[in-house]
Amino acid sequence: MVTTIKAEAGVAAAEADTSGAEPVVHRCSEHTVEILSDSGEGAQKCGQAFGTVSAKMGNGAWTVEIIPAEIQPPARTPAGASGNRIRISSAQVTNWGDRTNLVVAFNEQVLLSRHEIGAFADDAVILVENMWATHEDEDIRKAWASAMAQLATAHYRVIEVPMEEQCLTVVENARKGKNMFALGLLAWIYDRDLELVREQIAYTFRKKSAEVYEANIALLDLGVKWASEHLDFRIQVPAAPVGQAMVVMNGNQALALGGIASGMELAAMYPITPATSVSHHLSDVFESYGGVVHQAEDEIAAIGVAIGASYAGKCAFTITSGPGLALKTEFIGLATMIEVPLVIVDVQRGGPSTGLPTKVEQSDLLAAVFGQPGDTPKVVLAPATIEECFHVMITARRIADAFRVPVLVLSDANLATGVQPFPRPEPRPEWFSPPPDQSPVPEGLRPFDWDARTGLSQRFIPGQPGGMHIVTGLHHDENGKLTYDQKMYQHSSAMRSRKLAVLQEMLQPPVVTGDADGGDLLLVGWGSTRGAIEEAVEQARGEGLSVSSTHLSFLSPLQPGLKQIFSKFKKVMTVEINYSDDPTAPYITEENRRRGQLSFLLRASTLVDVDCWTRVLGEPLRPATLVDVIRANVPQGGAR
Amino acid sequence: MSAGCSLLWTGAEEDDRVFDLHDWEGAEPRWCPGCGDLSVLTAMQRLAVAEQFVPETTVFVSGIGCSSRFPHYMKAYGFHGIHGRALPVATGVKLSRPELTVFVAMGDGDCTSIGAAHWLHMIRYNIDVTALLMDNNIYGLTKKQSSPTTPQGFASNTAPRGSWLPALDPIQATLGVTNASFVAQTAEWVPAHLYATLRAAYHHKGFSFVRILQRCPQYTDSIYKEAVRKPSIVELLVHENGLTVPELDRLYTNQRRHDPRDLDEARRLAEASDVIRLGIFFQDESRPRYDLIRALPQRTVEEKIRLMNEELDRYAV
Ligand SMILES: Cc1ncc(C[n+]2csc(CCOP(=O)(O)OP(=O)(O)O)c2C)c(N)n1
Ligand code: SF4
Ligand SMILES: [Mg+2]
Repeated sequence: MVTTIKAEAGVAAAEADTSGAEPVVHRCSEHTVEILSDSGEGAQKCGQAFGTVSAKMGNGAWTVEIIPAEIQPPARTPAGASGNRIRISSAQVTNWGDRTNLVVAFNEQVLLSRHEIGAFADDAVILVENMWATHEDEDIRKAWASAMAQLATAHYRVIEVPMEEQCLTVVENARKGKNMFALGLLAWIYDRDLELVREQIAYTFRKKSAEVYEANIALLDLGVKWASEHLDFRIQVPAAPVGQAMVVMNGNQALALGGIASGMELAAMYPITPATSVSHHLSDVFESYGGVVHQAEDEIAAIGVAIGASYAGKCAFTITSGPGLALKTEFIGLATMIEVPLVIVDVQRGGPSTGLPTKVEQSDLLAAVFGQPGDTPKVVLAPATIEECFHVMITARRIADAFRVPVLVLSDANLATGVQPFPRPEPRPEWFSPPPDQSPVPEGLRPFDWDARTGLSQRFIPGQPGGMHIVTGLHHDENGKLTYDQKMYQHSSAMRSRKLAVLQEMLQPPVVTGDADGGDLLLVGWGSTRGAIEEAVEQARGEGLSVSSTHLSFLSPLQPGLKQIFSKFKKVMTVEINYSDDPTAPYITEENRRRGQLSFLLRASTLVDVDCWTRVLGEPLRPATLVDVIRANVPQGGAR
Repeated sequence: MSAGCSLLWTGAEEDDRVFDLHDWEGAEPRWCPGCGDLSVLTAMQRLAVAEQFVPETTVFVSGIGCSSRFPHYMKAYGFHGIHGRALPVATGVKLSRPELTVFVAMGDGDCTSIGAAHWLHMIRYNIDVTALLMDNNIYGLTKKQSSPTTPQGFASNTAPRGSWLPALDPIQATLGVTNASFVAQTAEWVPAHLYATLRAAYHHKGFSFVRILQRCPQYTDSIYKEAVRKPSIVELLVHENGLTVPELDRLYTNQRRHDPRDLDEARRLAEASDVIRLGIFFQDESRPRYDLIRALPQRTVEEKIRLMNEELDRYAV
């Protein structure tokens, strides 16, 4: 069928019905697709399947969810837009990209809501369900007409698709099937391997009956057929050959699998978006590894159970998001004080308070590092990619055990729901924690036998003969005994703190992307923004701007060598998804300006005048936006 | 150092050690003279010897309060945690190490106020842990503030003109929670009863909740004075399915036969009355136990790697 290949062209407007004519094939190095529906109509399943199949075919892919804040928002409202956005590419994709090129929408209202926030490229192609045009309800017909008129002012190519009518030829309730019809449309347009699509459908509906599977396949085939008979274009995003075994999953699945691969055997949690699905994935499989997901009565109990399990056996973990992290603070302090290993996962969402439960933000950094009363040294790590979500759990567990310290892992809503292929991890025995040591404790060894240089000590676990001792959150000495000795307060505080310095010495300075030798501008990021930052830097460098970036995966302790790296750049600026005052806003001065959280940390620890650019729009950063930021911030005369 | 030895200690098999009272003496108790917590400690140490608990496989978990100092005074593994949160910690201990014997010591503020949510849920989880609520009807450690169990009208530093509301009754509350499996009340000034109750609680498989009426000569001296002097205002609940303490028969003549399998009757008896009832209100070992339900066979690293590889294949591109 593929006859014409037009390189890198937009999909030019043409007649919608082209029966008989061969479609024009547009060859693109990348394309971004969006599937939009009311919540409950399954656009997300369609999008996930499309993203996964694309990844399996060797495309770089990044999928994000478009999530309404309510479970059942009113139908056909802009607020109800639910779906997926998938960026596929011939190369590896590290972020969600910029604007959408092709949209499939189940009604015009969800479409309008995305149009209004500028989500679509100027020349986007829109496939929209047209049942609303002839709906029996006059208000709906009117709404359709007005929305379509509004969309007509843009330069999109809008193609009306009789989805409902088509689906009703196969199923009784089209509402439950349109998503697979839509998947059929996409499968044809992007020439997806139908065998893989069917496999994916089988996997998606593995818990459902054979009839459900058959119905979905029939809908898929129908979508493919309709598209092949009615569309005059196809899009080809050539797949890059994948040289190694790859897996594809979202960040929360990766955190769950990484948790298992670290050897931990207990995860205690209380449901909270966007962290909950980590425990869903765990609950599916953890028991076969001898692991328990304990849904506690609240977040305080959850961390308490994890600490109890860690104390008595193997390092355990707890999973939460911002509001839950707030509740856990007292127990985190205890874990630091009694030096029990513990991993705390915070999948950040928008804050403060209940904030933006489903949206991305990086606002828990300072709470993570400093959020507990008293001096509470602990380790804070942030994965930057889905792949790192997997490996960070192993690193976190190993550090927690080796340093007897709580380790906080800061993921976020962008990683949680983003789906990306990455090299398949090859599980190694040393990833898994060994069974609890049950050997007798040699005479003379003390439960907090701090090495005076490093602060490190060996913990005793119940069951070890001769190791009986009390752990207490009260100030204690090397024997774990309450102490009223002032020198011991100072000494034990130093010992708990020293461990971070020892850990820092084992870390590498962060890699500089761009010019390690320095230049005009250095962007510093952390967490999920890495892909967007690096893409923007690459593009700006292509324009001749002297800009580089570096990305921190350790936030406490900070990686070494920062001061030296910063000294090579004229300007250093963090890029973060959290709030900072606009320096030009009323009342804001150099002294009272509240800055991005990483810039606050970096200024304090390096004494370098680290500026920041931050936004809290509830969405991941876009490379194109960052290119503008770079242009505006490269110091005058900064072209290379 | 013991690091690196990953073999499970199997000492129990050829263990010919005998532990006496001395083996159970931890740090020197720092409670006020005459504090009822001391009687509880003594009873627990006696029980440890009588039942030959193994020190390294026994864990005492507590919160914060005078009573929560308990673990320091037993020479076992001890976890003196944070206020109100002993039960979640004990849950974690027991879920990860079911073979350990776990006791929890709590005060009335600890258990029935700040830790109330955990208390309620622990009753429902019915995990095999023995919990001692040392109820002195006051916040002791923080110096005489009202607790939920402070009698109405009793003056404290936060209610100097008397506590405003009727006291919360921990026995009534516990009996009201679905899946309660062992609910008993005892008094530390009746050592034989205290000991017999702790013993029964220890042997019970499931969550054993023991409210111990505890004198605090420092702040609530008057509350149990009469009961200590007049055994007649105490009623012992006795039954062959529950407790009988023959050595108390002469002094405590006010006795009632109560079959602890009878929950309705237990609830009636728990309602406020003129007498103080000591004994097992309710016991049922057939209730579902979360720790057993969630117990899983251990996997070796090799098995886990095999499973993980299968799992990763499901995500394979
Ligand atoms: C989170 C927290 N809130 C408050 C306190 C202060 N505090 C310590 S013990 C206690 C109450 C103690 O009363 P109770 O639990 O009845 O124990 P008792 O001292 O009477 O044995 C309070 C309020 C604390 N340690 N932690
Ligand atoms: S204040 Fe009361 S409870 Fe606390 S130690 Fe003294 S007597 Fe015991
Ligand atoms: Mg008290």
